Amino acid sequence: MKLLRAGQWITGLALLLLAGVYVRALAFTPVERMQGLAQKIFYLHVPAAIWAETAMILVGIASVFYLFLKDPRLDRFAAASAEVGAVFAVIILTTGPIWGKPIWGTWWSWDARLTLTLFLFLLYMGYLLLRNAVSDPGERARFSAVLGICGMVLVPFIHFSVYMFRTLHPMPIVLKPSSPSLPPAMLATWLMSLGVFTLLYVGFVMQRYGLSYLREQLELAGDGGRGRGEG
Amino acid sequence: MRSPELLRQAWAVASKDLLIEFRSRTAIVSAAMFVILVLLVFTFARDPTAVAAIDLAPSILWVTLTFAAVLALNRAFQLELENQALDGLLLAPISRSSIYLGKLIANLVFVGTVELIGVPLLALFFNVAVWPYAGPLALVIALATLGFVSVGTLFSAMTVRTRVSDLLLAVLVLPFMIPPLMWAARATGPLLAGRPLSEIAGWLKMLAAYDIVFLALALFLFPATVNE
Repeated sequence: MKLLRAGQWITGLALLLLAGVYVRALAFTPVERMQGLAQKIFYLHVPAAIWAETAMILVGIASVFYLFLKDPRLDRFAAASAEVGAVFAVIILTTGPIWGKPIWGTWWSWDARLTLTLFLFLLYMGYLLLRNAVSDPGERARFSAVLGICGMVLVPFIHFSVYMFRTLHPMPIVLKPSSPSLPPAMLATWLMSLGVFTLLYVGFVMQRYGLSYLREQLELAGDGGRGRGEG
Repeated sequence: MRSPELLRQAWAVASKDLLIEFRSRTAIVSAAMFVILVLLVFTFARDPTAVAAIDLAPSILWVTLTFAAVLALNRAFQLELENQALDGLLLAPISRSSIYLGKLIANLVFVGTVELIGVPLLALFFNVAVWPYAGPLALVIALATLGFVSVGTLFSAMTVRTRVSDLLLAVLVLPFMIPPLMWAARATGPLLAGRPLSEIAGWLKMLAAYDIVFLALALFLFPATVNE
């Protein structure tokens, strides 16, 4: 299938570029004065975080449109986006402690954004579990759309409530109303990394989309065969 | 549809469920026993010399109520599984929203009853003065309960026919229960310590916002969770 193949190419390219970004991050970007080399994980951590949250919003939007349009493509996209979002949430939840240990002095803290990411991960996992548990394709699509919308609506609530507590995280330094407070070299590296993660997201989603299309075809064929065989 | 009619139909669905419950009383007695047992687990799992009961009381209260509510939520649509009663309910000339509202009301009455049993027992077992703060505490509990029961009722309509319905519902609904639970627990602490009500107004507003948003969302989304 063409989409699957294209997704594999894009993912391959993105992984190559990711290696390139890290060469740049390690060798050609200045070392942060306070944090030293530990700060290098920033180029992996923050783009993954941005895409993990964006993926949830995209799941929600696709779900809203699915309920109105009943287009199976939207459902396939939502499922793919949720899977990729779950992977990115795992990336954040693993790189976060690695960064946190030398800088905060602890692997884990019930810090605002950490908690939010954990919730995102739990929402994604719930979404994927529900998809697995429902066998009828139409029902599965409707149910997961309902859960996707609820998940998207829950995120701002968690966002708001966790920001009422103290946070160990730095306040946003790139995506904020005033101009970014990063040195230009770091910003450039970071923006490249964001671009690479965007490519990764697109590549992953295309692959999962293609796969779930193939799986649906298989299910349809299987059902047809079974229908005749078992009456 | 005019709203009095919606409410009347919702009440018809709710009273049907509550009548079934009232006649058998299995679920409510089990839920009440469950609450007592969870409170006992807390009693024996804590070191009474290490942590004062008043410090632990809000946590105990909310953990108990959360678990009891998760278990209770499955009941509403499980009732409809026998003899394909759900199909009959869907064929009835009433709107889907009133089915949802009816199930929500029945669940609220059910969970509310469990809470009415649980809170005095908490006061008794842990020697916490609840009575002086009964009004505000009831408000906190009511706001939190409305929030997570509206989400839970919606989700239980989806999970009921899956193989691992109890477990799956808990996994799906707990992330949605934790924010209201957190606000309610934060509000309960100062309340039981005798702090003025103005101190917890922020939490109450958060709870109210959550209730409004998720109740409206659930009413809107419920039709998608039942057969067309």
